Amino acid sequence: MTERNTFTLDGEEVPFEPGQSIMNAALAAGRYIPHLCHNPEFRPHGSCKLCTVKVNGWLGASCTTPATKGAKVESEIPEVQEGRRAIVQMLFIEGNHFCPFCVKSGDCRLQAIAYHLGMEGSHLPHRFPSRQLDASHPDVVLDRDRCIACNLCVRASREVDGKEVFGLTGRGVETSLAVNSPSGLLKDTNLEPGDRAMQVCPTGALMLKRHGYETPIGERRFDQQAIEAAWESDY
Amino acid sequence: MVSTWLSATLYDIAARYDHDRHALLQMLRAVQAARSCVPEEAIQFFARHLNVPIVEVRGCVEFYSFLHATPRGQYDIYFSDSPTDRMAGSLVAAERLAARLGVEFGVPRPDGRVTLGLTSCTGHCEQAPAGLVNRRVFTRMTEDRVDRMADLIERGVPVEQWPEVWFHVENSIRVSGPTLETHVTPGDALRASLVRGLPQTLDEVEASGLQGRGGAGFPVGRKWRGAYETRGIHYITCNADEGEPGTFKDRILLAGYADELFEGMTIAGLIVGAEKGYLYMRGEYEYMLSGLQEVLASRREAGLLGEDVCGSGQNFDIIIHLGAGAYVCGEQSALLESLEGRRGIPRIRPPSAVKKGLFGQSTVNNNVESFVQAAQIALMGGAWFADLGEEKSRGTKLLSVAGDCTRPGIYELPLGVTVRELLERCGGSHAKAVQVGGAAGRTVGRAEFERHISYADLATGGSIMVFDERRDMVDLARQFAHFFAHESCGFCTPCRVGTQMLQHYADKLASCQGSRHDLAQIRSIGQMVKGYAHCGLGETAPNALLDTLERFPEEYEAHLLPEADFVPDFDLDAAVSEARALTGRDDRLHQLEHGKVEAES
Repeated sequence: MTERNTFTLDGEEVPFEPGQSIMNAALAAGRYIPHLCHNPEFRPHGSCKLCTVKVNGWLGASCTTPATKGAKVESEIPEVQEGRRAIVQMLFIEGNHFCPFCVKSGDCRLQAIAYHLGMEGSHLPHRFPSRQLDASHPDVVLDRDRCIACNLCVRASREVDGKEVFGLTGRGVETSLAVNSPSGLLKDTNLEPGDRAMQVCPTGALMLKRHGYETPIGERRFDQQAIEAAWESDY
Repeated sequence: MVSTWLSATLYDIAARYDHDRHALLQMLRAVQAARSCVPEEAIQFFARHLNVPIVEVRGCVEFYSFLHATPRGQYDIYFSDSPTDRMAGSLVAAERLAARLGVEFGVPRPDGRVTLGLTSCTGHCEQAPAGLVNRRVFTRMTEDRVDRMADLIERGVPVEQWPEVWFHVENSIRVSGPTLETHVTPGDALRASLVRGLPQTLDEVEASGLQGRGGAGFPVGRKWRGAYETRGIHYITCNADEGEPGTFKDRILLAGYADELFEGMTIAGLIVGAEKGYLYMRGEYEYMLSGLQEVLASRREAGLLGEDVCGSGQNFDIIIHLGAGAYVCGEQSALLESLEGRRGIPRIRPPSAVKKGLFGQSTVNNNVESFVQAAQIALMGGAWFADLGEEKSRGTKLLSVAGDCTRPGIYELPLGVTVRELLERCGGSHAKAVQVGGAAGRTVGRAEFERHISYADLATGGSIMVFDERRDMVDLARQFAHFFAHESCGFCTPCRVGTQMLQHYADKLASCQGSRHDLAQIRSIGQMVKGYAHCGLGETAPNALLDTLERFPEEYEAHLLPEADFVPDFDLDAAVSEARALTGRDDRLHQLEHGKVEAES
């Protein structure tokens, strides 16, 4: 009999398959590690860095770090939580995120993770960027103000929908979610409301038109339950 | 509508690169050169023609600093912007030229005649101020030359007819060592390797103790061994994307030691079983391209490249690929992405490039200097090299020295040399600080001049900048903060946003609007970015700010607003300026001065 492959996550054993990332092993075991650009359905991207953990004393993104036997993984420790909080603050001040009047409030992972991490303010100067909104599509609106460049819609469109509707362009702080059509507009793509790409946005950047307030604020996913309990709801 | 003329030109450009999708960046460079921009029609043509998503082509154009969606001027001028260029008067010269020509930085003159801008260090720091005009390198730009340049531009004189001396590039070698003194007769190191046996040559490279000369210091032999033991297709890539501010030693090697470089790449290729090598050279060095192509041609003619290299029974050839203005492409995996014709976004590691590199195959990527020294080791043997340097840093290193010293240039010295010794040699006796390793490196003050330049202590890819008493360390750190905010690829949150924040606080401090709270912000953001960033760029981006804060606290103190513990980031004055303009109220009561808000209320 061979020994089981396990590592410890904050002291508790988590089993893993060879080649599996720390993140996917943790999620499969029902353990939550905060993340925004990851979804076990798609290839890992490793860009938001929110899922950073300490692996045997070294910081690394758990979505791209392979699990190894006997590794000591620390996640919910003050040092790491503090770094994650700084990342969420950075995401908030980078774009234009106004929770009180955002249609996604209560259903937004960025907001829910900010609560999870105890973020009470942005603590950094807001950038207030000027970004283009695309409401050209009959059923979909792309509000780049709320985009955090997580690349999930890009991957979902490519890997599940087989369409390649989106891509990231630009450099540095000008990195932007672009639409793959000659006009650069959503109306000239074959995006459909039922596409997987429409379901994976962690914020309110990609929204269906005419479906904004079907669930009243206060009764939404993360209004009811904190993200550490409700994270599985759309995987 | 795509004009027939344009689409024919675009087709020709694509054909020049065998319609290979991976050469997209090269094609876009060619369009930029021909049209002074990459027009929308070209983006759509390549997307269709190469079967690449439009967003990817557009993403490439937006990613690289030397590609532009809208036309540049007929004369497209960039001044190199690094601290040592500024110390030599680059900004004064650039601003004078702008005034003479009546242009704003980065904005084409309405008549389309000229564009003038700044660009990250172009690698000619010892003959600063340097820059580029229509992709040609100029050096030692003086105010007098600037005046004449403005006149030539107004008269429409082609750049080819400008005084040749403006484009003169010196080789600036001050101290030669075994690397610069060992000229390998083309083919000699290859033949020695084949006679000794390729596996035995790999042993020699390992025994030499040669470590990656880009600065990271990974043992070259171990890297080659890793690829040697990996099955499948292999590639050799050479990192000649010398973008670290203050570094120009690869420029010297590319100009004078191309045979050694190509020989080193070829030996690596034969050892690991690669048939193709790529030289990734920064776009700023385009002026050396034709010379390098000639060296490649003569090596092919001599049977040192191509089929059955040197009678080895193996094929190997080298292709040169040019960058287009992106510092991050010096990061190994970003370089591979760029070689494949994409935006230079660093890849996820693992796997390493040796396991899965270019086109998903095992790849040996080394610095220019590493390949040159490897070729010399293949000829002279490992011991020849290992006898020099320190226990854990073997051999000599090329150092590019610039800034406040009387003898700037290239110094080839054994690793382990102290900062003090180097300063004595280069005439930098008045130095108060030395930046070792460029923007990403470390700042050391006088108290640390006994430290060693080596992999064990102060590692550097070659950049050494000397600063004397006159220099403002806060302003210096601010310049580096701007550099990283400009060069961050934008992939990961900590670096994309963190470098912007560091730039913000550095600006606030340098303009004497900061408080102690802002120093704390820099420390905490800096530490966080270092720990959480995706690649080496982010990991090193806060270094200069953190180092200068620690070593020159009195200079930061002198920049603080007196008696202020906290200065809000929100600029009330700026926020009400629009309303003030609209209402036409501009009397004293409606004017808030920085820092005086509390005092007057």
